[in-house]
Amino acid sequence: MSAEQWMPLVFMALMGFALLLYVVLDGYDLGVGLLMLGASDADKDRMIASIGPFWDANETWLVLGVGVLLIAFPKAQGVVMQALYLPIVLMLMGLMLRGVAFDFRVKVQAEWKPLWNRAFMGGSLLAALAQGWMLGRYVTAFQPGGWFDAFALLIALALTAAYLLLGATWLIMKTEALLQQRAIRLAKRAWPLLLLGLAAISVATPWLSPTVRERWFTMPGFIALLPIPLTSALALLALRGLLNSSRIVGKLCWAPFALMVLVMLLGFFGLAYSLYPYVVMDRITVWQAAAAPKSLQFILVGCAITVPAILAYTAFAYRVFWGKAGELSYA
Amino acid sequence: MDAVLLARLQFALNISFHILFPTITIALAWVLLFFRWRWLATGAASWLSAYRFWTKVFALSFALGVVSGITMSFQFGSNWPGFMERAGNIAGPLLGYEVLTAFFLEASFLGVMLFGHGRVSERVHLIATALVAGGTTLSAFWILSLNSWMQTPQGFEIIQGEFHAKDWLEVIFNPSFPYRLAHKLLASGLTVAFLLAGVSAWQLLKQRVQPHTGAVLRVGLTLAAVLIPLQIFMGDQHGLNTLKHQPQKVAAMEGLWETERGAPLLLFAWPNEQTRRNDYAIEIPRLASLILTHEADGELRGLNEFQGAHPPVAPVFFAFRVMVGMGLAMLAASWLAWWLYRRRGWRPEELPRPLLRLLAWMSFSGWVATLAGWYVTEIGRQPFLVYGWLRTAELASATPAPTIALSLAGYASLYLGLLLAYVMVVKTMAEKTAAAEPVAPVNFNRRVAA
Repeated sequence: MSAEQWMPLVFMALMGFALLLYVVLDGYDLGVGLLMLGASDADKDRMIASIGPFWDANETWLVLGVGVLLIAFPKAQGVVMQALYLPIVLMLMGLMLRGVAFDFRVKVQAEWKPLWNRAFMGGSLLAALAQGWMLGRYVTAFQPGGWFDAFALLIALALTAAYLLLGATWLIMKTEALLQQRAIRLAKRAWPLLLLGLAAISVATPWLSPTVRERWFTMPGFIALLPIPLTSALALLALRGLLNSSRIVGKLCWAPFALMVLVMLLGFFGLAYSLYPYVVMDRITVWQAAAAPKSLQFILVGCAITVPAILAYTAFAYRVFWGKAGELSYA
Repeated sequence: MDAVLLARLQFALNISFHILFPTITIALAWVLLFFRWRWLATGAASWLSAYRFWTKVFALSFALGVVSGITMSFQFGSNWPGFMERAGNIAGPLLGYEVLTAFFLEASFLGVMLFGHGRVSERVHLIATALVAGGTTLSAFWILSLNSWMQTPQGFEIIQGEFHAKDWLEVIFNPSFPYRLAHKLLASGLTVAFLLAGVSAWQLLKQRVQPHTGAVLRVGLTLAAVLIPLQIFMGDQHGLNTLKHQPQKVAAMEGLWETERGAPLLLFAWPNEQTRRNDYAIEIPRLASLILTHEADGELRGLNEFQGAHPPVAPVFFAFRVMVGMGLAMLAASWLAWWLYRRRGWRPEELPRPLLRLLAWMSFSGWVATLAGWYVTEIGRQPFLVYGWLRTAELASATPAPTIALSLAGYASLYLGLLLAYVMVVKTMAEKTAAAEPVAPVNFNRRVAA
């Protein structure tokens, strides 16, 4: 395979990897933002303390994902960005409100704090819904029409449910006592939402997209792919079982979150298989959209050095704040 | 209004809002490192107190910088798809290197820097702080490299209408890059210096003196007094570099229509693009030639030589005067205040109130000068997006005008709200009397018990 053929694939993989990490990592902290609705003031502080040291770096994966689209596939990014113009604006406003609310809510005079708490929750919801909507539009190649909009809405709700569960299982892992109990209750409530969403997507996607239908429902591919939905279903069932077990308040507190990550990972592989090798479904392939080989080469060298370093110090940062979340204070 | 103008307004609004915060965090990160180091070296509680207070300002500014920066990364594609399609081979990798080498570094170690105290040793904490500071500066390096390449492009070839890199070192280290980088880093230092001095002055005025107020005021004034002459020198060098590579930008800055020898310096004028002359001009003969060519009758090329390919004159002309005026005010204020402070034996309570009021008013003077400077250089690059090669109007998005107008209105109101909130919160924090915070004993190598 020549460099012109394999380099775009490497960048496709990198973009997918960055977006997967983004959805999992920012997914749990957006989920925690959603779950703040109805929490007591002390719980809100503790919930934010559980994500405070991480959220900045989590969001950077989105910048890398978009960055790779911009850098490696300049000929597709215009199509994608313009088709998603308004949801992008809405998502950015949500992320902005939420990102600044982290700081404003603890630094303003007390009477303004509830306002910034609301900005935090509202921003999280807006970002989650907008991201889901964009995913839905993207998978169906931005086709116009009521059914496609309904599909995008469905994905928006399903992704929000996934974020809720990620957030709730993160809290089970990072908090204790009453807050942890609350997180378990919320996880139980979010679980059927996600299940419903995933089931609906599994029916709707092949129905709306002939390409997806053909890829998943012809022999022998159908058999070969069966492990993906089956493992997802098993992981979700195991998760539901665990939520009833008393062991998750103790040693196994990490297990629900790990299972959710597994579900997201499998969903990602399913999506990647449906899309490959298109950057814009059925319209632009990775090779058609790719930047000049010389540019890809230049940035590939950088990626080969920095991405492992980034992963290493990300792991370091998570290790520093390992265990149950404490009070968050400066100095 | 047409879609191109709206797209430009929107991009200008976003980038103007964004640049305010990196301008603070780039230099403030190094100042925090300095405070922390002074505390470890001297054990004086005032330095720890300074570090704690200014870390809060840093965290807030950083958050605003991050969220508005994410917006930027999307708007390259959504507002100027043509730019990425044609110049993406150059712009993409430079932006990519910023994300890979700088963005992640800052964002990941920020958590350790802000909240890691007690969880890591003093040494690791200091390294984390240094990495955040290094990350902010590295980020400026890549962004300014790309911006400078758009001003003075080199190291490329054009194949079928698209830019292709020929020599990456030439692309990165293009002719205006060293000047612009130095000018911007100094601007960041000055912005922070006046913020440090202004907030400290405010605390003195409001009788909300904290243990560190006097020391921070001294750091701020010293930094300002040292950096401002450097900045004036650097600005001059940058101007000479611009004259060499982008003469029409300089002609717009000077309001010079006809090519002439011994061109005057305009103190004030109203450049009129209809009549192509200046109304109400007040000028000093020959001074522009003297400054720019270092000869009293040196020749300067006028705008009429560049008809149809020069920037709108009035905004560049006025922005340039705002920047220079602010720079001179900074010079006067910082030198006067530093000299008085020293004469009073560094006793802040003895400083005259009018001086403190002046410094408080100038807290955000760096923002004004920085924005004015960016308007000079960016509006001055028009009508090109890549100077001499790509025109802005060719590269705009096909997004309909009402859609852009709607999102522009949304962004504008959000930014106005955030900016007000930011300034109010800095004020609130400054006025809060410091609660007696415990000072942990210095233990450089061991983890401090949490």
